[in-house]
Amino acid sequence: MEQIFFWSLAIGLLTAATAVVVLRNPVSNAVCLVVGLVFQAALFVTLEANFLAAVQVIVYAGAVMVLFLFVIMLLDVKEEARRPLVWSKVLGVIAGVVLAVLGVPRLVASFPNAQKTLEWGQGKTPNAAQDLGTLLFTSYAPLFLATGVLLLVATVGVVVLCRRDSEV
Amino acid sequence: MILGPITLGHYLALSGFLFIIGLAGVLLRRSLLIVMMSLELLLNAANLALVAVGRFQGLPDTQVAVFFVITVAAAEVALGLAILVAIFRVKKTTAVDRMANLRF
Repeated sequence: MEQIFFWSLAIGLLTAATAVVVLRNPVSNAVCLVVGLVFQAALFVTLEANFLAAVQVIVYAGAVMVLFLFVIMLLDVKEEARRPLVWSKVLGVIAGVVLAVLGVPRLVASFPNAQKTLEWGQGKTPNAAQDLGTLLFTSYAPLFLATGVLLLVATVGVVVLCRRDSEV
Repeated sequence: MILGPITLGHYLALSGFLFIIGLAGVLLRRSLLIVMMSLELLLNAANLALVAVGRFQGLPDTQVAVFFVITVAAAEVALGLAILVAIFRVKKTTAVDRMANLRF
């Protein structure tokens, strides 16, 4: 059962990611990215990170992708023109694929405990959100506060960047 | 192997392939918008590896790291898109090879 889940989710995620890179129309890129992010949220659920799956859907597939779509609408970006095929680029892609097929399994095999298997429902953290919250507000509280400052700075920066000079 | 039990290696390999696809997007595409979407793919590959390792090794701390990655990615996207809009107002294009003003 878990094999079926993993393989279908993995194939869906990689297909959506490839579509993000390959497609020409920015709107289809964004929609494919949403699909990929939802697949990844489902993979988080198979890893029993339910809270992170919810955050992934709300923050990534919700907020971030709406931001992308708004900017696409705002800029009225045209479809990227097809360029003539450059052979060096084709060779680069082929070399990358060969390297990926040969390199990734070797890299993974070098990781300790790569063969470790786990049954569903055997995780150490049955109540993931509570554990995550406890960690966030105890050991990682300074980092949590720093993240708040980061978000504030980002918000102010965005407002400053997007203001036209005439409004100053 | 294919239909055997799912191991940590499966998740790490999936994360590796996702990272390579995202890297190809960053390197090959010209539109800054698509480059930023590919950057999201890279961050997601790292997130997947972190969650998988945390689950299989019993380290809940990695989920905190993923939480911070998601937060920083949101801030990064907001700032990056703001810069993109500002550049688009001046140059009327999103192609990265037209933004070479700072090249030495």
